[in-house]
Amino acid sequence: MVKNARSSILARLRMAPESVGVIQPDWRPAVIAEPERQNRFTTMIEAAHGEVHPVESQVWPQRLLSILANRGIRRLLIAPAHPLGRALAEAWAGNPDAPELVPYDRCVEEMKDTLVHGIDAALTGTAGAIAETGSLVLRPGADEPRLMSLLAPIHIAVLEANAIHDTLTSMMASQHWNRAMPTNLLLISGPSKTADIEQTLAYGVHGPKELIVLIME
Amino acid sequence: MNSPTGFAQRAAVALSDKSLRANFRRAMDGLMEKRKAQFPDRQALEALRDKGAAIRANALSKLPDLLERLEANCTANGIQVHWAATVAEGNAIISEILGKHHARLVIKGKSMVSEEMHLNHHLQQQAIDAIESDLGEYIIQLAGETPSHIVMPCIHKNLDQIARLFADNIPDQAYTEDVDALTAAARRVLRERFAAADAGLSGVNFAVAETGTLVLIENEGNGRLSTTLPSLHIAVTGIEKVVESLSDIPPLLALLPRSATGQPITTYVNMISSPRRPGEKDGPTEVHLVLLDNGRSKVYADPHLRDTLRCIRCGACMNHCPVYGRVGGHAYDAVYPGPIGKILMPQLDGLEAKGDLAHASTLCGACAEVCPVKIPIPDILVHLREESVNPTGAVAHSHFSGTLERTIWSMWTMVNTSPKLYRLFLWGATRFGNLMPGRLFKRWTLVRTRPQFARASLHEQAASEGFGDG
Amino acid sequence: MRTLDKPEKVYFFGTCLMDTVYPEAGLAAMRLLKREGITVVFPQSQSCCGQPARNSGYAPDAIEVATRQLDAFSENWPIVVASGSCAGMMRHHYPKMFAGTNDEARAAAFADRIYEFSWFLVHVLKIDLRDHGEPIRVAFHTSCSSRREMQIVDEPLRLLSQLSNVTIVPFARETECCGFGGTFSIKQPDISSAMATDKMTAIVESGAQAVVSGDCGCLMNIGGTLEKAGHPVRPVHLAQFLWERSHE
Repeated sequence: MVKNARSSILARLRMAPESVGVIQPDWRPAVIAEPERQNRFTTMIEAAHGEVHPVESQVWPQRLLSILANRGIRRLLIAPAHPLGRALAEAWAGNPDAPELVPYDRCVEEMKDTLVHGIDAALTGTAGAIAETGSLVLRPGADEPRLMSLLAPIHIAVLEANAIHDTLTSMMASQHWNRAMPTNLLLISGPSKTADIEQTLAYGVHGPKELIVLIME
Repeated sequence: MNSPTGFAQRAAVALSDKSLRANFRRAMDGLMEKRKAQFPDRQALEALRDKGAAIRANALSKLPDLLERLEANCTANGIQVHWAATVAEGNAIISEILGKHHARLVIKGKSMVSEEMHLNHHLQQQAIDAIESDLGEYIIQLAGETPSHIVMPCIHKNLDQIARLFADNIPDQAYTEDVDALTAAARRVLRERFAAADAGLSGVNFAVAETGTLVLIENEGNGRLSTTLPSLHIAVTGIEKVVESLSDIPPLLALLPRSATGQPITTYVNMISSPRRPGEKDGPTEVHLVLLDNGRSKVYADPHLRDTLRCIRCGACMNHCPVYGRVGGHAYDAVYPGPIGKILMPQLDGLEAKGDLAHASTLCGACAEVCPVKIPIPDILVHLREESVNPTGAVAHSHFSGTLERTIWSMWTMVNTSPKLYRLFLWGATRFGNLMPGRLFKRWTLVRTRPQFARASLHEQAASEGFGDG
Repeated sequence: MRTLDKPEKVYFFGTCLMDTVYPEAGLAAMRLLKREGITVVFPQSQSCCGQPARNSGYAPDAIEVATRQLDAFSENWPIVVASGSCAGMMRHHYPKMFAGTNDEARAAAFADRIYEFSWFLVHVLKIDLRDHGEPIRVAFHTSCSSRREMQIVDEPLRLLSQLSNVTIVPFARETECCGFGGTFSIKQPDISSAMATDKMTAIVESGAQAVVSGDCGCLMNIGGTLEKAGHPVRPVHLAQFLWERSHE
C-alpha cells in the first residue's frame, strides 16, 4: 500500500504540464563588515533578551562565576568530553562557592530525571554565530549532547569573537554545510519565548528562560 | 447565484461578536505593524520576495525529482520516509509506527498538516494521547477548539478565558491573569509530558532535498523538545514543502519570520538530518518522515493553480486581509483560513464543500502584496470562480448550480455587446432606476442609501456637450 | 516608467457606473481635458470593461464584452479612464484574457493605450491647477485597484496639493479596502457592510468635509454609507472635484 502511494503520487506529479523555466534572481544578503559584526550580533541578541558578556578567554571560568553569582545556580550541566567542560571542571575544582558541576556523561535514558528536574543551568560551546540576525550556531554531537542547550532554565553559551560571520548565507557557503550535515544543527537567537497569550511576550515557555553568551576575546 | 452559504452565515455571527472583532483587530494591527517594521527598504523587500518566489517556483517545477532526492538523502541519513496519498493513509502509517513502539503518549510540536489529517482525533480513537505542546495549540486543546490562525492558534482567546481554562484544567492551578505565571504553569505541566512521551510528532517548515534535512522553526522550544527528547520522532509534511538546496534556506528564513510575526528570526532554527548517531547521548533513535499528498498533486496538475503550492505558511496574507481580520479563522470552518485558505481549501476539499470561500473576497490584493513568495492570490480566486461556473475538472467536485446567475450574466453580455441595447439600458436606468422598489436593494441598503441614478447618462450628456464619436 | 507626449486627441472611457450614477464626473473629466487643449472623443458604442463578469468567474462573457471595447476604441489614440479599477482591468487583465486568441495583439495594443485619469494629468499633461474654491478639508480614498494594480497613489494627492485651499487629511487604515468589491457587496453583504462602516467611521473621525476618490464604486459605497448614517461629508469623484475647484 505504501509503495502504491509513492508511485501513484510521483506518477500524478509527472503527468502534469511542465513548468516554464524559473529564472533565479541574483539575490545577495547584506554584507556586514568584520569590525561591525560583534556589535551587530550583540545588539540583535540583546533585543531578543539574550545576555552578552565579552570576556577575556584566559579568565572565562572566573568571569562566569561572578556572572552567575546571586542567580541561585546550584547545579550546572557540563559536557565532560568537551574542552569547555573540562576547562570549567578544572578551574572550579575545589571552589566551595562554585555551582556543582553535573556531567552529561551517560545517555539520556539513564539521566532523564536529572536533566529534566535536576539542573539549574547548562554550559555549551558554539560553532560560531551570525551577526545579521544575532544567532548562535550550535552543532551538538557526541561531545556535546543536544538537550544541553534546551532543558536547563539557563543556557550559557561560549562564543569565540572571531567566529562571528555576517550572514547565514555566507557562513553556510564558506563552511560548505551542504557537504555533510550533522544529526542536528541549531540556530539559537535568544531565550525561549511566546506571544500566544494576547500577544504579550513571555519567556522560558519550554526552552531556557535565560540565554547568557560569553564572547571570548 | 450563491444562496446564503455556510461562510456568509458564520461570518455574520462573527461580525456581531464584539469581543472577537476587537481581539482580531488588535492582533492583526499588531502583526501588520511588526512586519512593516522589519521591511523598511521597499526595494530590498521586493528583491527578497522575488528570490523567495523563484526558490519555491523552482522547487515546484522539479517536484517529483526533488521528492525522490529528498527520500534518497533522508534514507541514507537514517530517516525512514513514508508516502501517503490520502489523510487516511497518513494516519494509518503513523498509527503503525506508534503501534510498533507501543506508544501511548505522543507529544506534538505545531503541525498544520496534522490538523489537516485530524490526527489527534484518529489517535484518540486508538487510545493514544496526543498532547499539544505549542502554548497556543495547548490552550485550544484545553478548550476543545481548532486553531483560528495558522501561526498564532489562539488569537481569538482573551486573557481571562485562558486564565479560566488553566484554572479549570490544571491541577493545583489557581486562577491568575499574570502571563508569566500562566506560561510557567504550562511549562511545568508540559515538561512532565515531554519526559513521559513515547513519541514526538512535528511538522516541517522546509525539507531540503540536497542534504536530506528537515528544517523546523519556532520560538518556544517545544518543537526541539518534541523532536529530541522522545526516542521516536515522526515528522509530517505536505509534499510541496521540499526545496532544492540548503542555500535556499537563508532567503526563506529571511522572509518567513518577518512576514509572520515581524521577527528577524525565530528563537530556534532546528535542522534535523538523522536519528541519533553512534556515540551521541540523546536524540530520537528513530526518525520518520511522512509525505502527504491529500490533493496537492491535483493542485499541481493545473498550471494556473500550481502557484498555490508555493505557500510557506507564514500567515501574512490573513494578517492583512480585511475579511479575515473581521471574522477570524473559525468562520472559514477550514484547516487553513484566510486568503491562502480561500484558494487552498476549495482545491483540497472540493468546490462543492468549500467553493464559497473563493467568493468571500473583494479581490483587494492586500494578500498578494505581502505574500513572501508572490502567490497571485486574487488571480487564483478568479480562476476558482471560473471553475465553479465552467467546471473543467481541474478542481475536485465542481458542481455548478447557479442557473439564475448564469441567465443574468447572459443578459448582461447581450446588453453590453449591443450599443443600441446598452443605450436602451442606460435610458431605462436613468429614467426609471430611482423608481425601482427598495427591496431590490435590500442587501446594499443594510448600511447604505440606495444609488441615485442620474437624470441622463454620460452617453447622452457627452453627445449633447459635443464630445463626439470620433 | 511610461512616457507619452501630450497628444492632440484622446478617447474617454466612461465606465458603466459613471454612465448611470456619476455622469457629472465623466463630464468634468472630459471638460478638464478639453480645457487643456485636447480633443476628447467619446465613442457611443462603448459599454462596460467586463470586470464584473470576470470577477464573478464568467470569463467568456467578460471576453465578449471586452472585445466590443476593442472595437469601440479602434484608433491609435490614448484612452483616458477615470477609474482605477476599470483601468486596471483593461491594462493588466485584457492582455492575459486575450492571450492565445485572434485578438491577442489588438488587446495588447489596446491595453498599452490605457491611462488612468490622474496619472494622465500629472505625467502627460503636467497640469498646473489653480484653486478658486473656499478652504476645505478632504480625505482621499485610493481604491485597491489604483493602489495595487495600477500603483497610482501619489498622483491624485499631487493634484489635490496643487489646490491651495484644499487640506488633505489623513484617516485611519487608509490602505484597507472599503468593502465594495463589486458583486461582493451583494454576495457578502454583512462583511461588506462592516468594512464600509469602518471606512466611513475613519473618514468621519478625520474631520474631512469631503471624501474624494478616483473610483465610482468606492464612492458609491462610502458615500452611501455616510448618507445613511447622516454624516454631511460630501462624496465626490476626483475629476469633478478638480474641475469644480479649478474652474472659474
